[in-house]
Amino acid sequence: MLEIQHIFKGYDGKPILQDVSFLVEVGETVCLLGASGSGKSTLLRIIAGLEDADSGSISFDGRDLSSTPAHLRDFGLVFQDYALFPHLNVSENVAFGLKMRRLPQNEVAERVANSLEMVNLRGFENRQVTDLSGGEQQRVALARVLATRPRLLMFDEPLGALDRTLREDLLNELRSILHQTNIPAIYVTHDQEEAFAMADRILILHGGEIVREGAPADVWANPESAFVARFLGLGNVFEGEVREKLDKKWGVESAFGGFDIACEHEHRKGDHVHLLVRPHSVGKGSNIVQGIVSDVIFQQDRFKLTLDNGLYFYLPSPPKVGERIQVSVKVECLL
Amino acid sequence: METGKQVSQGVHAGVSMVVPVSLSARSRILLWILPLSFLIIAFFHPLSRILALTFEPQALTTEHIQLAAHVLLFTFYQAILSTLLTLILGLPAAYLFARYNFHGKSLLRALTAVPFMLPTVVVAAGFSALLGPRGLIHTIFPLSTFQFIGTLSAILLAHVFYNTTIIIRVVGNALSSLDPKLEAAARSLGADSPRVWWHVTLPLLRPALLASTLLVFLFDFTSFGVILLLGGSQFATLEVEIYLRVLRLPDLPLAALLSVIQLVCTILFSILYSRVATRSTIQTNPRSAQSNLRQPKTIREKIALACFIFLLTSFFLLPLSALPFRSFFRVEADRGDRGEVQYGFTTDYYSELFINRRGSIFYVPPIRATVNSLAYAGGTVLFSLLLGFPAAFALARPTRLERILDPLIMLPLGSSAVMLGLGFILSYGAWLTSPLLVPFAHTLVALPFVIRTLQPAIASIPQRLRQAAASLGASPLEVWKNIDLPILRRATLAAGTFAFTISLGEFGATLLISRPEYPTIPVAIERFLSQPGGLNYGQAMAMATILMSLTVASILLIERVRIPGSGEF
Repeated sequence: MLEIQHIFKGYDGKPILQDVSFLVEVGETVCLLGASGSGKSTLLRIIAGLEDADSGSISFDGRDLSSTPAHLRDFGLVFQDYALFPHLNVSENVAFGLKMRRLPQNEVAERVANSLEMVNLRGFENRQVTDLSGGEQQRVALARVLATRPRLLMFDEPLGALDRTLREDLLNELRSILHQTNIPAIYVTHDQEEAFAMADRILILHGGEIVREGAPADVWANPESAFVARFLGLGNVFEGEVREKLDKKWGVESAFGGFDIACEHEHRKGDHVHLLVRPHSVGKGSNIVQGIVSDVIFQQDRFKLTLDNGLYFYLPSPPKVGERIQVSVKVECLL
Repeated sequence: METGKQVSQGVHAGVSMVVPVSLSARSRILLWILPLSFLIIAFFHPLSRILALTFEPQALTTEHIQLAAHVLLFTFYQAILSTLLTLILGLPAAYLFARYNFHGKSLLRALTAVPFMLPTVVVAAGFSALLGPRGLIHTIFPLSTFQFIGTLSAILLAHVFYNTTIIIRVVGNALSSLDPKLEAAARSLGADSPRVWWHVTLPLLRPALLASTLLVFLFDFTSFGVILLLGGSQFATLEVEIYLRVLRLPDLPLAALLSVIQLVCTILFSILYSRVATRSTIQTNPRSAQSNLRQPKTIREKIALACFIFLLTSFFLLPLSALPFRSFFRVEADRGDRGEVQYGFTTDYYSELFINRRGSIFYVPPIRATVNSLAYAGGTVLFSLLLGFPAAFALARPTRLERILDPLIMLPLGSSAVMLGLGFILSYGAWLTSPLLVPFAHTLVALPFVIRTLQPAIASIPQRLRQAAASLGASPLEVWKNIDLPILRRATLAAGTFAFTISLGEFGATLLISRPEYPTIPVAIERFLSQPGGLNYGQAMAMATILMSLTVASILLIERVRIPGSGEF
């Protein structure tokens, strides 16, 4: 379907996107996850045709889009702050794209009604968009792109301006709408929860490059790099130095002690590697860490304890602050 | 200064009462006494005399009505034409400033705003210095036969020169505060550029477009100095005809009738304007202007941009620079010598201002006009601040009383200067010799501006600020000294400079009521320009240059001290 190849883009000599390539398959939702400034919105604008890439190509169903202007791409774009036309009411906003396509009156009316129905806004037809709440405005924006039945949907932080409960509701609606319509989608966000909930596939963007790509569960299980592990907040990430090869494992020395680590990668003695210790992994591995408990926080179904050396873990029952403890954990290798 | 003392007591009463959240009814009445009395004496009484005269039988003759209809028609004609031309230049310029980044942009924007703040006589003198029969173009190309002064084109060009900045400011601001995502959304929904423009951009700009067009029309409709000085009396608009019927072909009932027509028209346009202006704020979330800006990309775009910037720069710079240049540039034969015209640098036009020549058109050295102007301006500053402060204090926390009084206070803004002069003549003709009459008339013109500058400053001091200061240990006196005063000092300076500038440049009313031996600078310039001779012309240029310098200095001062967002009308 959508094929992005070797996109480069810079502003005033400052690189924003560097060699970005990926695919979006039929009915698939791809999430671009990245901190602000990682280039994800720029990438979206380039795909939408609102900006030109310095080099690289974008094609849809095998057809190159580089000379297709934005208004002929037939890609629906949903903005973070909705971008509803303040001079038009709800149904006029939803009908806008249909009028631009010069559809007959009765079809416009029918599609407007359908789209509003889909986003649960029936009865809002004649309301002014400026009178709506943030959540309602975003639903109108969604209905506006759905009405045009685009070949591809793109969301630029669509829930960023909404509060938490509203976000969850709308997230679920979005998922079911994407599922129903089977339109391929690119979903840009900096919120990993949102990304993991929406995505069939996640692309993590950092400094204008894709640093990890995969199914949510796969990315979660194998972050593959210290950056991704830290960005996703998977746990304690620290450096170690390879000391020896032991049978199928590697002996690694770190500031928190020596560990035996199962790792498929080939290392040499003296290599620096990043290690990950997930806070849930207490009792799940054979390596031992120890320290004095410096802080204990109650978190609903668990206690988060922090050691004086900075490591943190989740435990079902709390030790005392000041107590010296020893836990067995699983230590993973991150290259 | 008996009155001055009373007024200043009034101000102090207002000041001490401002700390509590609301003013008592009694202190409100105290605050209003002086401004209202002044308005009744200086505006409503003269207005009633004009109205009374209008309904006398000798005013409403068929002949008068026919003439009035003719004049009204021409006033509309030239105003509509001027407004259209202003739009033709102003809209691309607004687009230029709103969407493009280029070197010297802020400088060019400031340049386009200068004419609007200059006195009409200076603008007229500037165009004359450039395009007039003794102007620079004719000096450089002595054989050119084109005539500029005394044509409709001169009037129209000067109006465009004056008012383009309104379009640039109002439409340009609307354009640059437009959320660029709206246009992006429209494009991704399938609209090509013309349709984005037609269906999204234009509808969102419509209120700003309407408001600025109406404002320009209003200024063109009531224009006086430019038309009289550049067009001459054959281009009689309502304003010019009123002036003619007061001073040149006296027919006061006709002048009164024309004044009433003028007043009704301007009030109608003002109401229409304020309706449109309140609607021009439908913008939901204005963006930072930065995201809308772009650089020209193609060669064609670059060339078009450069040409347009060059056109704008020359259009606004040439008349403004021709004036001071011409005031130092000698284009005449030696005194008493009918021979060769001489060219070269001279300071004669300035030194001549200090000499009281026999047979000159003044009874005093012309430089006295500068002294008179400064004295009148000083008086205007004093009066308008003394009257403006109590009114602004009351208006800063409006009750129903203020909502009724506010439009009354602003009414003189809608009436023409020439009409104010006529009202003064009708009501206080016997006191025309009093030197107080001119600053009173100027105060009437300046008062709305002064109040509108002070009022938001006073209202903007949040009660929390005073409470915070008090809770930090400041006594009421210290609160006033450290919170209110520093904020109001800037506003007072700005308001005073406004009044000063308005008085310096006021032309219409002064022309009617100033005594011949006490001319102001604009009146002196008008007299010099209407007399033959290179020396008179040169002195007009010198005088206008002095006035321009004084005004520009004042504008710079206002810009420095102005609180952003204040002084909106």
